[in-house]
Amino acid sequence: MRRLAFACLLSLVPCLTAGVILAQEAPRLRGPDPFTKEIPAPPMQRQVTNDVRVRRNYPDQPPVIPHAIEGYAVDLNANKCMSCHARKFTEQSQAPMISVTHYQDRDGNTLGGLAPRRYVCVSCHVPQTTASPLVENRFTDMDALTEPERQPARGR
Amino acid sequence: MAAGIARAWDWFWANPWIKTATRPPVYLSLAFLTLGGFVAGVAFWGAFNTALEATNTEKFCTSCHEMESNVFEELKGTIHFTNRSGVRATCPDCHVPHQWTNKIARKMQASKEVWGHIFGSIDTREKFLALRRHLADREWARMKANDSLECRNCHSSESMDLTKQNPRAASAHERFLFTGEKTCIDCHKGIAHRLPDMSGVPGWQ
Repeated sequence: MRRLAFACLLSLVPCLTAGVILAQEAPRLRGPDPFTKEIPAPPMQRQVTNDVRVRRNYPDQPPVIPHAIEGYAVDLNANKCMSCHARKFTEQSQAPMISVTHYQDRDGNTLGGLAPRRYVCVSCHVPQTTASPLVENRFTDMDALTEPERQPARGR
Repeated sequence: MAAGIARAWDWFWANPWIKTATRPPVYLSLAFLTLGGFVAGVAFWGAFNTALEATNTEKFCTSCHEMESNVFEELKGTIHFTNRSGVRATCPDCHVPHQWTNKIARKMQASKEVWGHIFGSIDTREKFLALRRHLADREWARMKANDSLECRNCHSSESMDLTKQNPRAASAHERFLFTGEKTCIDCHKGIAHRLPDMSGVPGWQ
């Protein structure tokens, strides 16, 4: 009985060690200080407002907003984004039109106007700041993955 | 007709106040009356302008709870309240013309707002929200009619450096503002206060 208990405890050791090691490896988003200590907030980062369209990382990615949107109304009364990005205003604004998917409800029926579920633009489309990523990003572009496979096919 | 005018004329000159006012002074000297009149005039004009300026301050506007708890509260989050250079546009900067004649005209119209305050036309948040589109429409119409004069008191198109603006803003100003096709308020609605229901407003949907 005593031996069994000892064996059980012994078998826990690798798990605990691994836990400790992994915990040290895990990214700490709030920095090295313990959570009990109140640390001053980092300075706010500047928004990227250079109006240059940013490539999407994957085809379904909602495009990011390359301009300032401070004070833009998106509420029950008004949607400022649509003053430029709605189909009928794109000629005078020269802004990209909202995609056709935004005129469809969840069942794929095309509606006369912006679908209610797409109304709150900033739930998907967001402006960017100059902040550097808190953790390393190991995302690989789809093209970078598929290109080696596509190349031999082209050669044939 | 002629008899009526003659009767009115006689009645006017028979009035004892008019008789006294048109007679030369009996007891007061000419010097007292001219100098006294001058001093009284200065005092009146000074008091008038002081009162005019006192009613043209952020403090006076927000002394009414209608303004303080609705529109002033909304202004606080915007760039016209706090910004990097520390210049604030107060209520009268945008809502009262700076030029004297137009200012007096606007002040006379504003007497309606005193009426509204006394009779509580927007004394609750619900009443304010219900009337917001009407109030906004009036203000937009006023600014459209004077070519956004209050905006241009600070933001003149002559001193606007397009190269300092981002390309999107620069091309919009070049196409619509400089050609006179649109005025500031046509595009820049709701920059200092929240918007009412915008259905039917040109440029919104």
